[in-house]
Amino acid sequence: MNSFWADPIGFVILWFISLLQGWGLPGDLVLLISYVVGALLLATGSLLLVIFLIWVERKIGGRVQDRLGPNRVGPYGLIQPIADMLKIFTKEFITPDGADKLVYNLAPILSVGSVIMIWAVVPFAINLYGSNLNVGVLYIVAVGGLGELGIILAGWGSNNKFALLGAFRAVAQLLSYEVPMVASLLIPVMLAGSMNLNEIVRAQTVPFIVMAPIAALIFFISSIAENGRAPFDLLEAESEIVAGFNVEYSGLKFGFFFVGDFLHAFTLALLFAVIFLGGWNGPAADSIPILGFVYLMIKTTIVYFLGLLVRFSLPRFRIDQMMALNWKVLVPLSLATLMLTAIFDKLAPAGNLLVQVIVLVLVNLIIWLLLQEFLARAFRDKPQRRAVLHSRPQADAAEDAPAQPQTDAMQS
Amino acid sequence: MPIQIFFLIVAAITLISAVMVVTVRRMMHAALWLVLSLFGVALIFALLDASFYAVIQLIVYIGAIAILVIFAVMLTRRVMDDDAAQTNKNWWVALIAVLVVFGGIAATALSWTRLQVGPGIPPGDSILVDFGTALINPQKYAIPFEVSSVLLLAAVIGAIYVAVDRKGGKG
Repeated sequence: MNSFWADPIGFVILWFISLLQGWGLPGDLVLLISYVVGALLLATGSLLLVIFLIWVERKIGGRVQDRLGPNRVGPYGLIQPIADMLKIFTKEFITPDGADKLVYNLAPILSVGSVIMIWAVVPFAINLYGSNLNVGVLYIVAVGGLGELGIILAGWGSNNKFALLGAFRAVAQLLSYEVPMVASLLIPVMLAGSMNLNEIVRAQTVPFIVMAPIAALIFFISSIAENGRAPFDLLEAESEIVAGFNVEYSGLKFGFFFVGDFLHAFTLALLFAVIFLGGWNGPAADSIPILGFVYLMIKTTIVYFLGLLVRFSLPRFRIDQMMALNWKVLVPLSLATLMLTAIFDKLAPAGNLLVQVIVLVLVNLIIWLLLQEFLARAFRDKPQRRAVLHSRPQADAAEDAPAQPQTDAMQS
Repeated sequence: MPIQIFFLIVAAITLISAVMVVTVRRMMHAALWLVLSLFGVALIFALLDASFYAVIQLIVYIGAIAILVIFAVMLTRRVMDDDAAQTNKNWWVALIAVLVVFGGIAATALSWTRLQVGPGIPPGDSILVDFGTALINPQKYAIPFEVSSVLLLAAVIGAIYVAVDRKGGKG
């Protein structure tokens, strides 16, 4: 009984395996069945989570923008996503004329599938993970590439100029921001000495956000860009290219892109929590695995909330600003941080965690000050647009003598 | 036993999609079949417990090369056409070259006396660590590794040279 409360999911898994073995199935088959059932449960669970995430996102979005958000269906509008879901189920599928059927239908599947595939390697608790892959971080990067493929195919397959423009923007943005993202992911890999996500979590007696704050910041920024959300929502900029790559999609296929988008936001927050905030680490998480799961979810929710705040408060970048931020700031910054962290991590005396932390924090601080200096110089050379008070002769004249023309008109 | 069945399925998918790459008429579909074929190769790496190579296969071939191919296809004229000719008048040159290469590979393969099962890949990170140290060990592969990075650098410089907007040098 005690073991159930400490680790309910592990308990159920053991029970399920012993049940299958009790039926006299061979060991290989038991393993196969348990992997397939686990994968199905994880994928379905993450998709069901999206229903809740949609509500959370709309509600928080409403609060940030001084609205109420969904508030009609159910208490606090909780049933609203289910109503929306039923509505989207009943809508008609419209395939545009001249669309490439195979490509057109493959794209939404890829864009959701690539996100769910990330969940396979995330360690939710000390003993709860899909696959103990020894190249977990690389796997995440690789699977992200499949999502980009989905967006490109959607834009191309729709036979629509706006969709194609969205796809071109997607390639420019997603491929570019992969560079600083991968470089910033290399720093925790280096500090942990492994690409295995379980090992990375275990190595974080001090969370990596303390040792590598700049890498964490770069990962956070580029993960928003990879997700294609405001302020990086150029791929589906409504005011410029209608709706970008998904303009020709209707019904559930359109819904797929949105499910992928909402789930991707949460998944990237989950990855941030795992890689930089110590994952399931926390008091008593070793002995009571379910506590580790709770810690991970709390950390994820904090990062997710920050992402939502960014999304709902900032306006969209212009495309040249987006590119300049990436290639002129984030890429050099991430490469410099990577090299300096590597050098100073080796120079710091091995085995002394406190000294290592202090050295790395100082290195990060120095890099940050240098960055500020460089940015200040770059902006000093360029003429900047500022909001200043110009003299407004006509308005000033009107303010000086406001009443006279009106009174004249009134009198006449 | 299930792993053998799974291997056969994956191998069949890889081969069939490789054939489809050269037989389908629509260029975009050929590119997609290529992606599936490369994905099958990644799965075979994964079945061999070589997860690093599986993931590298995904990143390099699907994440980079396939996207490049798809872009090249997107910029090509008449990509939606189904009725373009699949061969040009030099098809016989290609046929001879392919036959020679295939004959060479087949002769080499037939000359092997028997295939042996090598030692399995040790579990854990040790193979990755070996791979990494071999790449920076001057006794092993440090020089080829550096030479290939020089090649990539040359490609980057070439790309910049082609793409750069020279001021005043119109036409």
